[in-house]
Amino acid sequence: MHPALLLLTDSRLPAGGHAHSGGTEQAIASGAVHDVPTLAAFLKGRLHTAGAVTAALTAAACAHAASTTTAPITGTPGTPLWGRLDAEVDARTASPAQRHASRTQGRLLLRVARRVWPSPVLDGLAAESPNPHHPIALGTAAHAAGATPEEAAMAAAYHAISGPATAAVRLLGLDPVAVHGLLATLAPDLTAVTAGACRAAVHQDPGWAALPACSAPALDLLAERHATAEVRLFVS
Amino acid sequence: MGANHDDHHHAPDGHDRALRLGVGGPVGSGKTALVAALCRTLGRSLSLGVVTNDIYTTEDADFLRRAGVLDQERILAVETGCCPHTAIRDDIAANLDAVETLEHRFGPLDLVIVESGGDNLTATFSRGLADRQIFVLDVSGGDKVPRKGGPGVTTADLLVINKTDLASMVGADLGVMARDAAAVRGERPVLFTSIRQDPTAATVATWVANEVWSWPQPHHPAPAA
Ligand SMILES: Nc1nc2c(ncn2[C@@H]2O[C@H](COP(=O)(O)OP(=O)(O)OP(=O)(O)O)[C@@H](O)[C@H]2O)c(=O)[nH]1
Ligand SMILES: [Mg+2]
Repeated sequence: MHPALLLLTDSRLPAGGHAHSGGTEQAIASGAVHDVPTLAAFLKGRLHTAGAVTAALTAAACAHAASTTTAPITGTPGTPLWGRLDAEVDARTASPAQRHASRTQGRLLLRVARRVWPSPVLDGLAAESPNPHHPIALGTAAHAAGATPEEAAMAAAYHAISGPATAAVRLLGLDPVAVHGLLATLAPDLTAVTAGACRAAVHQDPGWAALPACSAPALDLLAERHATAEVRLFVS
Repeated sequence: MGANHDDHHHAPDGHDRALRLGVGGPVGSGKTALVAALCRTLGRSLSLGVVTNDIYTTEDADFLRRAGVLDQERILAVETGCCPHTAIRDDIAANLDAVETLEHRFGPLDLVIVESGGDNLTATFSRGLADRQIFVLDVSGGDKVPRKGGPGVTTADLLVINKTDLASMVGADLGVMARDAAAVRGERPVLFTSIRQDPTAATVATWVANEVWSWPQPHHPAPAA
């Protein structure tokens, strides 16, 4: 594992992630999540739906960033197609509120990554797409930091559950050790989601159409409800 | 103020830009009242932007917009996910994003004020977010607070002790507060205010205006006569 992965997945990465709950705040407001077992079900569902999609998109972004630096077969760099990949993310993100949250987190991560791992590929992404979706920013940042698509996918899968878990600790006052224990039990799921993401992401455009598109309508609805909630602590 | 701050005078990216002023302090001490007063007093001569960090809802931003002290679009609210402190010190990304959004939309600006969510005595702004910071206490928290110190009280560029109109009612001794603050702050200034009695916060506004005038960026307003 590349050490940069530790930095990219650290909750202290100063990229605004601490203020996003990924639907957890509304799931708690609705009563669906109220203790560790209900949080476990929520996180598992999130990981295998939204997490699986963003992990595959992140791996695809990382592989694409690598291909624009050097193409594996011809040895000549390919042209970045960030707009095309961006459209693939949009198409897989039904809720406008979620699209907005994804672009906000992507923009903030890109800002941090450009200062931490300066590289032409990040500059190129910023020039073409100043508000990239989070998986695109994460995959490109992972490449700039020296990580592989598989590692990028793992970071995305972990991101899909770590922020929501922390939000539940803060909002419900859950035992943080119990919640970390829960995250540990999800390790095999993280491995499986990462492997699935990599299988899907070996293709370059136009193979991106085959990237997973499993949806989680409940998460979409929670995101929409959150965006119009009168009282909220988290951005999403 | 002066020489000891020279190393903060330029943005990390080396571009000249508006002075960024953090306003922090405990819940209810009068941060929003002070921001409104600064907008009222400085808004005609300076080009301003404001970012609020509400704990929940957009109460402070809404208050400022209703107060009509500044164009509504120049006030942005940031959500802080239960951690107002994190958003101004450890992970300043969302606040920087809001500040830059204001500069992009309305720039060049002279001054961007960032009000933190009400927090405790350890809350301070990162130098990556705020070039100068004001810490606002109020007398009703008790006259022992300056003695307790903490980074906000000790290191803020300006300490404001607000609600002096309540001092007699809560039995707070302003002399004790002034002495204790001086003991932990050395040369750093302390101002006593009652924004209730002086809604222009004239003394604080003068301090802020001086900071803006000595800020090296090309769009300086002329100093007031
Ligand atoms: N008596 C008195 N009340 C004041 C003064 N300044 C502010 N207040 C009142 O104190 C209350 C809190 O003021 P705010 O400006 O909202 O305080 P804040 O620090 O922004 O509060 P949070 O953002 O919630 O932490 C309001 O009811 C103000 O009207 C003052 O000088 N004297
Ligand atoms: Mg306030």
